[in-house]
Amino acid sequence: MSTRRTFVKWLVALGVLHGMVVCAGFLAPYNPVEQDRKSPYLPPTRLHLADANGHIHVRPFAYSVRLRVRSFDQYEEDTTEPHPVKFFLNGARYRLLGFLPCRMHFFGAEGTRIYLLGTDAYGRDQFSRFLFGGQVSLLAGLLGAGLTLLLGLCVGAVAGYYGGWRDSVLMRFAELFLALPWLYLLLALRAFLPLAVGPLEAFFLIIAVIGGVGWARPARLVRGVVLSARERDFVRAARGFGASNGYLLRRHILPETSSVLLTQAAILIPQYVLAEMTLSFLGLGVPEPAPSWGNLLSSLQQYSVLVSYWWMYLPALIMVPFFLGYLGLASSLQERAEAYKIETSSLGSLT
Amino acid sequence: MRYLLRRLGHAFSLLVGVSILAFLFTALAPGNYFDEMRLNPQIAPATVAAMRAQYGFDRPLLVRYASWLNSVIHGEMGFSFGYNSPVAPLLLMRARNTLLLTITATLLAWAIALPLGVWSAERLGRLPDRLLSWGTAALLVIPDLALALGLLVLAVRSAWFPTGGMASVDFETLTPLNKLRDLALHMILPVTALLLSVLPLLVRHVRAAVADVRNAPFLLAAVGHGIPRRTLLYRYALPAAANPLISLFGFSIGALLSGSLLIEVVMSWPGLGPLLLEAILARDLYLVIGGVLFSTVFLAGGNLLADLLLYWADPRIRTESSAR
Repeated sequence: MSTRRTFVKWLVALGVLHGMVVCAGFLAPYNPVEQDRKSPYLPPTRLHLADANGHIHVRPFAYSVRLRVRSFDQYEEDTTEPHPVKFFLNGARYRLLGFLPCRMHFFGAEGTRIYLLGTDAYGRDQFSRFLFGGQVSLLAGLLGAGLTLLLGLCVGAVAGYYGGWRDSVLMRFAELFLALPWLYLLLALRAFLPLAVGPLEAFFLIIAVIGGVGWARPARLVRGVVLSARERDFVRAARGFGASNGYLLRRHILPETSSVLLTQAAILIPQYVLAEMTLSFLGLGVPEPAPSWGNLLSSLQQYSVLVSYWWMYLPALIMVPFFLGYLGLASSLQERAEAYKIETSSLGSLT
Repeated sequence: MRYLLRRLGHAFSLLVGVSILAFLFTALAPGNYFDEMRLNPQIAPATVAAMRAQYGFDRPLLVRYASWLNSVIHGEMGFSFGYNSPVAPLLLMRARNTLLLTITATLLAWAIALPLGVWSAERLGRLPDRLLSWGTAALLVIPDLALALGLLVLAVRSAWFPTGGMASVDFETLTPLNKLRDLALHMILPVTALLLSVLPLLVRHVRAAVADVRNAPFLLAAVGHGIPRRTLLYRYALPAAANPLISLFGFSIGALLSGSLLIEVVMSWPGLGPLLLEAILARDLYLVIGGVLFSTVFLAGGNLLADLLLYWADPRIRTESSAR
């Protein structure tokens, strides 16, 4: 009971986080690729409650910012006029959920721009880029994991159910994929595919590569489940009644794999988000100007950025709740599987 | 001995399989080094064609694979277009640096994870155990990339350790002892990053494995006999829990190799990682294949070691393989 509750808790938390990323257009104040060439490497905007004259404002406000004289990356606030933070105001056009044309943003200010996480070298809003980048990275993780599980399910089912030469060929093949450290495998696969492609092609290429790399482990797990399920009494009974292979697999055997697949999904998705990040960080993934969590961090490869502009590191910290959510989900699923196992094994000893 | 030979044969066949797979992929993949060259207007098409012929790219795949195998036997592993030299010497130098990093990290990680996991399993569910669980969970959810970058920021800001590379500028002028010290100083950062990325997983597994056997009847009997706590844990509980841990050992090597690839690039450690990345960006075919194969060799070596350890630790496997 309590494991179920923790599972739902984590699921809701993840749902909220993903919902924020899905509604990136609404929550992000600006267009993620829009450049503000006058303010490169602007630190996060400070929100004030008390102005320069000591008056307290109910509504938080920001000052507009200008370059300090004789400096190229030092800014100072222009304290003459406060610009209050406004909610639900119109701004850059975007498409909500990808199709609803919309102009309303959750927050923003008139007369100045609010950069919650600062700006990058081109003056692009890091907060907007983080949210939109999340769409790319999380979707790549989800689709990649889906692809992996589909491949693993097919291979594992065929190997486990039919056995014989199919089993040995497929499992030998799986061993080849397990024989390589996965990041090397990932890079090797990426190496043989075209490098200079558009963002959308690169995105699907990455999903194919990431999803195609990891199928061996789930395939093995599925094979194990199928092997034991094949010999269960109700399956043998159904076979005795003349059920076809396809029917048996569909109705009786593959449903048995659902808990394994669910746990694997909770483990694989964050792993694949990380894989996308790694590829994009190394410059082999989604290319600029399209944002992704990986290429958001890639500017940190330069020491000067790493040392001088600390806010460029913030996206890495804000990602942590997402991974925490998936870890919680995975461990609650594993606990549930464990409890189920104990339950069934104790039942088995009773009968 | 038979067991060892069989495992060796297995590892070898894996290597051959990986190399065949790699060649197949290269044949299927669009684009190669010469295609990039053809785009360069300063190089005449005839030159490109001549180079293609020189490197044997106009011959069928099977012939290319055979000639590559031949060059492997001669210790070359093909030819790097970008470096204009045989691949093997290039890789060997880099592989040594990668191994230095991963072996140190592997040893340290297990040296820390074993006592920590046992210590935690002994206090199962009590405050120190829970604190440790929280700590490992926190490390698990921070992406490796963020961890490495964070360490780098720390190092650059505090100037406690040197960052980047594996030697100081004046390395050649140092005395042997100072050379060693210099190397160790340069290793601190990447090794720490690697450690932090695998430690949580290892500690969790050690803890779970020891916790599993903790209430086994034979251990309760040993407690009843008044065997001291330390002997009990390390001489009785740990060997009983060893099986899954030894399989984890092979896995940890794979994880460390992958982790090391990223960390080498981030911390500009001159290992296989940066070389491989460079080769991929330049489409330096044989260098990529060589790098991937080297990583396979390491992983296969690690798994072989794990198999041997298992053979040594688990009498069941010994009797099973001698009965066959």
